[in-house]
Amino acid sequence: MADLSQTNAPIYEALRKFRRMRVVPFDVPGHKRGRGNMELTEFLGEDCMNVDVNSMKPLDNLCHPVSVIKDAEELAAEAFGAANAFFMVGGTTSAVQSMIMYACKEGDKIIMPRNVHRSAINAIIITGAVPVYVNPDVNHKLGIALGMSVAQVEQAILDNPDAKAIMVNNPTYYGICSDLKRITELAHAHGMLVLVDEAHGTHFYFGDNFPMTAMAAGADCASVSMHKSGGSLTQSSFLLLGKNVNADYMRQVINLTQTTSASYLLLSSLDISRKRLALSGREIFAQTVEMAEYARAEINEIGGYYAYSRELINGDSIYDFDVSKLSIYTLPIGLAGIEVYDLLRDEYDIQIEFGDIGNVLAYISVGDRKRDIERLISALAEIKRRFGKSGADMLTQEYISPVVAETPRKAFYAEKLSLPLEETAGEVCSEFVMCYPPGIPILAPGELITPEIIEYIKYAKEKGCQMTGTEDINIERLNVLDF
Amino acid sequence: MELWFTERHTPNVKFSIKVDHQLYSGNSEFQRIDVFDSKEFGRFLTLDGYMMLTEKDEFIYHEMITHVPMSVHPNPKNILVIGAGDGGVVRELTRYASVESIDLVEIDELVVEVCKKYLPTTACRFDDPRVHVFYEDGVKFIRRCTDQYDVIIVDSTDPFGPGEGLFTKEFYGSCFKALRDDGIMVNQHESPFYDEDAAAMQRSHKRIVESFPISKVYQAHIPTYPSGHWLFGFASKKYHPTNDYNGTKWSMLGIKTRYYNPRLHTGAFALPCYVEELLRDVE
Repeated sequence: MADLSQTNAPIYEALRKFRRMRVVPFDVPGHKRGRGNMELTEFLGEDCMNVDVNSMKPLDNLCHPVSVIKDAEELAAEAFGAANAFFMVGGTTSAVQSMIMYACKEGDKIIMPRNVHRSAINAIIITGAVPVYVNPDVNHKLGIALGMSVAQVEQAILDNPDAKAIMVNNPTYYGICSDLKRITELAHAHGMLVLVDEAHGTHFYFGDNFPMTAMAAGADCASVSMHKSGGSLTQSSFLLLGKNVNADYMRQVINLTQTTSASYLLLSSLDISRKRLALSGREIFAQTVEMAEYARAEINEIGGYYAYSRELINGDSIYDFDVSKLSIYTLPIGLAGIEVYDLLRDEYDIQIEFGDIGNVLAYISVGDRKRDIERLISALAEIKRRFGKSGADMLTQEYISPVVAETPRKAFYAEKLSLPLEETAGEVCSEFVMCYPPGIPILAPGELITPEIIEYIKYAKEKGCQMTGTEDINIERLNVLDF
Repeated sequence: MELWFTERHTPNVKFSIKVDHQLYSGNSEFQRIDVFDSKEFGRFLTLDGYMMLTEKDEFIYHEMITHVPMSVHPNPKNILVIGAGDGGVVRELTRYASVESIDLVEIDELVVEVCKKYLPTTACRFDDPRVHVFYEDGVKFIRRCTDQYDVIIVDSTDPFGPGEGLFTKEFYGSCFKALRDDGIMVNQHESPFYDEDAAAMQRSHKRIVESFPISKVYQAHIPTYPSGHWLFGFASKKYHPTNDYNGTKWSMLGIKTRYYNPRLHTGAFALPCYVEELLRDVE
């Protein structure tokens, strides 16, 4: 990487050069620069089809990078302050899975908060690792799970000195951060790796005054959704490594499940986006924060809604807050978050990131225009005027602490029985049940089904949450363990 | 030498005016602003290359968007105008002695400045003491207004670009809230003729129908707008645009017009069959 700097984007530059060479393709993909599939080419554009190419010498190979991808990964590592960085084309899901598969073999313990993304529990099923859940603190008013409290993490470490790693979800979807530095110090003092699901924290690395990044806190691995706040294409992410992680072994772990035909559309989008953030991330995220802060103030002025921010900070389970997030508590206007989410789309043609029982999240980025922010605020004001009710009778409890009866792997592969939802109380679930987004399981394989959980699932369905995870598409039946 | 201004009315249709010379060109925070002079249409204003007004036919648009609601409402005192930085609507409104206040909300201050300098035919009444100009996004301004206007005139650009928000349901809902119990909102409603314009027109009509108990559409012939056939929306909480209309009373005011008159008022609400059908489809 001798002469390269953050102004370079090696994969992007190689693709441009390759395009000028007008190489005749007798390799895959078979659309041959789009000529073989004109309808698709008209839809996506010739420029796009032209760079949808296969790995080859001038373009390197993601499975075994030696030239432009290697350079691009080194530039990314430098930009994020990591010892190594991997370009990931299977989403942050693949980054989360790789870091868990790196840290844990079958039977190894991993300490994690229960409100992790399903990708983490999937990795537990694949590896056969044993999760030790730390129940996140809960804000009962907002009904949201918070970060991990340091004392609880410490207790989990003392109770499970043989655990191999700790996973931290930082920030949460709602923007809440844990005390990453203290947790990392504690884990390292006990010889455990620290894996951070930083899917929602790309911007922390490039903006001013954001919460601490995983790499700055000394964590060992971090999965970063470049495609969320970083501006790259959907499904493209980074896996970042600290200095004590064996990068060559990590590459082998990644290659266990990663495609051998990585898309150059995704790779170039990561490369170009990294360059953009490295060069102008500060201004970009200053603008994003300004828009989020403006929207927050205006929404709070409407009344009823509560767009929360740093005032929630409590020094522990809300150690810090990501002010670029626009999370809004909706129950005081008598509407569930998911109802506001649906009204925004159905009545006002505004699509937001997600709605749960008590909250909605609008994703703000540099791609937003002031006038669209005004629309969002006005639509929220109109929803309150037209559909608002008294806030009584709203179910507030969002997070239910699970009772783990079996490891996720055993439960997933066990003999099972399909029962109507109403009849499952007291049984052990063998599948996931979650609202998507956010994709945080209400039930994970191996967890006890309680009447409280059944009531929650029914309520979420009734309010219109998009439920996923179960074999039964309609979520009327659940698979339970057949003992 | 021939210099022509050309606007694409559809990807396959062009409309051109021979330009004598350009008077102004500049970019604001929101859009590109140009003023040209021409032999046929006099001076004309374009925003991002789209025709806004010409000196020759602006009277049609401004009279029709203003006098229709002003003549139906029995006692319009407090008026809100959104967009309209060229001053044409304000010029027509100031002719009513009964009007007590005219709030004009224009997002782009430069449009007003340029019009004051180069288009004195329309931008001629900004100094009337009843006129208050706010340089703000209309969507934002109206969010804070409740039960305070008799007439709202939405003189927007097209439903793309800075005027986009003025074609949304949240905006129409906010207008409803900002109007008194017998208030009227009139808006620039696009054209029914070319497919894309017609789709925008239907979208906007649907949203207004969902927001107001009375929602009608009327038409005018505006030569420099795509197809020349243009529509306006009349949305009201109480008054019907023709049943509750007293043309004689309006004539007594003695306002001299070149396009609008009481017979035309009633006739403007009689629409071609295909337009009625387009509207019915979304009602």
